[in-house]
Amino acid sequence: MQSEGLVETVPVAPRLSSVARRRQIREKVIAGFITAMAFTGIAALVLILVFIAKEALAIFLDAHAREEASLGKMFLPQVVRAGKPATFVWQPVSSVPKVSMIPLFIGTLKTTLVSMVVAVPVGVAGALFAAEFAPRRLREILKPTIELLAGIPSVVLGFFALMVLATFLQDTFGLTSRLNAVVAGLGLSLAIVPVVFTVAEDALTAVPRSYREASLALGATPWETAWKVVLPAAAPGILAACVLGFGRAIGETMIVLMASGNAAIVSWNFADSVRSMSATIAAEMGEVVVGSPHYSLLFFIGVELFIFTFVLNMLANVWTRRVLKRLSGAGA
Amino acid sequence: MKHTMRRAVGGALTSLTGFAALLIVAILAIILFDVARGGLGHVNWRFLSEPPSDGMMGGGIFPALYGTAALTLLMTLAVMPVGVLTAVYLHEYAPPSSLLARAVRLAVVNLAGVPSIVFGLFGLGFFIHFVGGSMDRLLGYQELHWGQPGILWASLTLAVLTLPVVIVSTEEALRAVPMDHRTASLALGATRSQTLARVVLPGALPGILTGAVLAVSRGAGEVAPILFTGAAYFLPDLPNKFNSQFMHLGYHTYVLATQSPDVEATQPLLYATVLVLLALTFALNLVAVLIRARTRRRASASH
Repeated sequence: MQSEGLVETVPVAPRLSSVARRRQIREKVIAGFITAMAFTGIAALVLILVFIAKEALAIFLDAHAREEASLGKMFLPQVVRAGKPATFVWQPVSSVPKVSMIPLFIGTLKTTLVSMVVAVPVGVAGALFAAEFAPRRLREILKPTIELLAGIPSVVLGFFALMVLATFLQDTFGLTSRLNAVVAGLGLSLAIVPVVFTVAEDALTAVPRSYREASLALGATPWETAWKVVLPAAAPGILAACVLGFGRAIGETMIVLMASGNAAIVSWNFADSVRSMSATIAAEMGEVVVGSPHYSLLFFIGVELFIFTFVLNMLANVWTRRVLKRLSGAGA
Repeated sequence: MKHTMRRAVGGALTSLTGFAALLIVAILAIILFDVARGGLGHVNWRFLSEPPSDGMMGGGIFPALYGTAALTLLMTLAVMPVGVLTAVYLHEYAPPSSLLARAVRLAVVNLAGVPSIVFGLFGLGFFIHFVGGSMDRLLGYQELHWGQPGILWASLTLAVLTLPVVIVSTEEALRAVPMDHRTASLALGATRSQTLARVVLPGALPGILTGAVLAVSRGAGEVAPILFTGAAYFLPDLPNKFNSQFMHLGYHTYVLATQSPDVEATQPLLYATVLVLLALTFALNLVAVLIRARTRRRASASH
């Protein structure tokens, strides 16, 4: 303790009775215990990264695995059969394992792309409607509906995509593969819409009323107000909603596992079957030999997923805070 | 002229956003209608109380119901104390600009965004191979005893997954307890922990319960994390030890939908299983909504 201009003051501990002292110690112990508990969240996050990275590390440390699943084999085109051009193939359980990540990246990207193209406009437009135009009663129906949709387990959405969406799309468009990137992407969008809607709606309602009143007073129509004033003011939050949805779409497993067809094909045709990174882990981990290169490879995919979603989450977090700061800083 | 034009375009675009909102409601209705139509005819007491038979093409789902219940019960027992105390730290104990509190909040946000399949990998690497494997070595088991998939490891994995849900909703519940209650208690000479145990936590109890219910509804539906931490395709016995494997409604749905030898024959069973799973999660969500509405009413009445 530094005190300016004063003679040094010695803090004097109040003389406490033994009962009071015991009580003080007990309070300290309880506070310490609760503080220690608060570390669990941080510990969980660190342990997750450490333990999936630990199992993945064998790819780089173990000589046999380094041979079978080197970074070059994962990311560069490989000659599968002599005389044929080099390609990207994911076939980790053949006599000569082929471990290219590229088909999995493309599969993940395709399903994610489809889901975003559907979920972002629907989610943001729905949020705009709920925040700007909906009468109160309608709004009070819409929000619990979104909560119910968000509460549907992903395995049920996967089931719906597999049984209903796939049949409907095949009957309508006559596709060659019943299960494909579009079916899986549409199924995914059902899981992403609530995420986008909720975050976007929060950002839109955070925009102060004075903004809207000023705009309307200047003669703008409600739509012009929503589009040119409210939406730009909430832009970082909307962006955060999209990024968060994107992260969820990359990591979502059961829907893609059930509705994508699970074929690791390199193509940009959205009617082809695909295999995503998350579904690969889910489908192959059950039968893999513990400690084999294939096993480490699946954990390596897990590390990639963890890092992707971590970065996206941090971005979304920064942008959500930015919208709050900007709006409260503007003197709401 | 120009003005009416502007209004008309605006009105049209406004209805477009309304259409998006309507689409969301319609999709939910379609899913519910389809599942109800396909499953209602098949759900009866026998379906709920019998084990599967005829290689999954007949019988009921009792073991899956039992496994799901046991799994979520263990998960709740594990996650509630940790989640509630973390929230208590964040709201009641952390100094206003505490670095630790900010780090915990950041970790919780990120934990909520980790893909569920990565939780599965974590459960396998940490709980089964590291913790379970170490226990086997320490206890001197020759064969795998704890170092294999089982209901305990699966529920602990789910507990980590649902931790953010519990922390966030508990913190919200603590925020709703009026500051006056704390100051009044402290002014009467109660210590911090006495205030916490007798004033703050009882006041926040409905909100904490809401969090528990939401965690259960989330945890009961997750399949990816239990794929290789303990769920089993079919078991003759109910899980009776912490390291037994178990059947699960969501996993059962996945198996019936993707690995059935005769799709036509399993379809009614599949629809009925999905219906039960959906009814369960919706009932849980409804309970959460009701508790929340009741406390909100009480809170507004007392002011």
